[in-house]
Amino acid sequence: MELALLIDFGSTYTKVTAVNVETAEVMVTAKGLTTVETNILEGLNKALGEIKPHFGGELPEFQHRLACSSAAGGLRMVAIGLVKELTVEAARQAALGAGARILGVYAHQLTMMEIAEIDNHRPDIILLAGGTDGGNKEVLLHNANMLAKLKSVATIVVAGNKSAADEVQDRLLAAGKDVKITANVLPELNKLNVEPAREAIRVTFLEKIVEAKGLRRAESYVQGVLMPTPAAVLHAAKLLATGTEEEAGLGELLIVDIGGATTDIHSVADGHPSRSGVTYKGLPEPFAKRTVEGDLGMRVSASSLLESVGTRRLAAAAGLPEEKVLAYIQHVHNRVEQLPDNEEQWKIDTTMARLATDLAMSRHVGTLEQAWTPMGAMYIQHGKDLTEIPFLIGTGGVIVQHPNPKEILAGALFKQDEPMVLRPKQPKLMLDKEYILAAVGLLAEVKPTAALRLAKKYLKLVI
Amino acid sequence: MVEGKKQLTLVLGVIGADVHAVGNRILEYAFTEAGFKVVNIGVMASQEEFINAAVETNASAILVSSLYGHGEIDCRGLREKTIEAGIGNIKLYVGGNLVVGKQDWQEVEKKFLDMGFNRAYPPGTMPQEAIDDLAKDFGLTC
Repeated sequence: MELALLIDFGSTYTKVTAVNVETAEVMVTAKGLTTVETNILEGLNKALGEIKPHFGGELPEFQHRLACSSAAGGLRMVAIGLVKELTVEAARQAALGAGARILGVYAHQLTMMEIAEIDNHRPDIILLAGGTDGGNKEVLLHNANMLAKLKSVATIVVAGNKSAADEVQDRLLAAGKDVKITANVLPELNKLNVEPAREAIRVTFLEKIVEAKGLRRAESYVQGVLMPTPAAVLHAAKLLATGTEEEAGLGELLIVDIGGATTDIHSVADGHPSRSGVTYKGLPEPFAKRTVEGDLGMRVSASSLLESVGTRRLAAAAGLPEEKVLAYIQHVHNRVEQLPDNEEQWKIDTTMARLATDLAMSRHVGTLEQAWTPMGAMYIQHGKDLTEIPFLIGTGGVIVQHPNPKEILAGALFKQDEPMVLRPKQPKLMLDKEYILAAVGLLAEVKPTAALRLAKKYLKLVI
Repeated sequence: MVEGKKQLTLVLGVIGADVHAVGNRILEYAFTEAGFKVVNIGVMASQEEFINAAVETNASAILVSSLYGHGEIDCRGLREKTIEAGIGNIKLYVGGNLVVGKQDWQEVEKKFLDMGFNRAYPPGTMPQEAIDDLAKDFGLTC
């Protein structure tokens, strides 16, 4: 029997999933508290202890033992470019797609104040872009000189104008920095090229970050901590959408992942205009795109969610007095594991989740802008048109454990009174009931078709 | 073919709410054939798009087309914005049906030169004329 053990070292829990690769079935899952501060193996062993009875008291031999991690603060990154709408945005997209938490984004020439700020952010990786190939070199070189003054030991991944790459490398190496040169994230003005930078970030994660986060110890048992957890989820999304050589995928899709601290949206779709008379403007977006909303979460970010949505709106949507909503959010804010225990609390949690989905989706999807021309009204599209997307998948505690997840996912859908926001109109709703997505992304590394079958089997349609 | 010490980069686009795409393609073809690196930002381009593209690609000139008569309004302030963006020395060329109706070209040209454009072209200008001017302005040999 070919078995795989897939592990997610989360910020709170270490989740293990044992999979029978041949039948594409989940055999057993368990979780233990993540113990990255002391010894990462403690939490893992506790989780493994829980699955032992399933195998008759003794763990079988798992041919594949793979892990992803968002423990110890996740993958902390800073992105730097030249023009905000161009190379800065391209760098940001590359970092998000690599599963990073973005701490800061910088445009144009860095100042000493910004250098100090970057040091304060304590990034693991700095992504330095700027200039198309053969384009502006001056700012990239200036920024390399400034980064040379950093105290931080972060790896600097350089994905800017190739004409300046050698010089940038020399300057940073001379300052004793760890440097990786990769292909430009924006080689030409209308050509986004984020994959090489994502790969360089991933290699750095494997080589260096795993060590720095105290995860290396896990590798005495695990074959590798392969990637940050959000990257595993994006991998799974891509696999599920596009399929493998042997088996077709589902087609274009969206994933909503509501956590305690952030709400992530992943889209795997071209997002080209779905109607005629629409001109696309701005940087092309990656086919597999991830956005992270750091202000929208169910627990740690509950108060910032309240701030972003507004107390009155949240209370009105929940149909409860403002004081009750405020009191509940105060209560859960520092209690990561608190679940609602009466109907009112469920109502508030549901409303929070629906509004988080609503806001996160509106920030992820593209918009139309009307322009009047001598030929009549024309529309300009910025970002992805996801109105016709066929699938919307929900994951994250609040959605998965909810008696009626439709209520939450409805927040993502197209609104008649906001016709210019290109949200999905009539997607089939699906649920990641078994929390399988990160595991699928990991298994895809070694057995893509089995991983695809696993995803198809365990993602359930919401009726 | 224009032979220069290095290939010049030109940002090309149709400004404002103007959707005339055919001429834009013809110009892209002509300038590329003439040996320039053309960064074409297409139709309905805003002043900011021209400037951002020029900054990122280190372009030597911005070539603005306007075919629908609102060129004067759309182009106003472009030079000032290039100065703000730190590329105040970039060459600005403009051409097309820049104004409505049959106005005296000399006056129209003066208007655009006063706005900070280096060259302005009336309707019916052939691409070769602008190519020759580029060669002249950048000291290239044809």
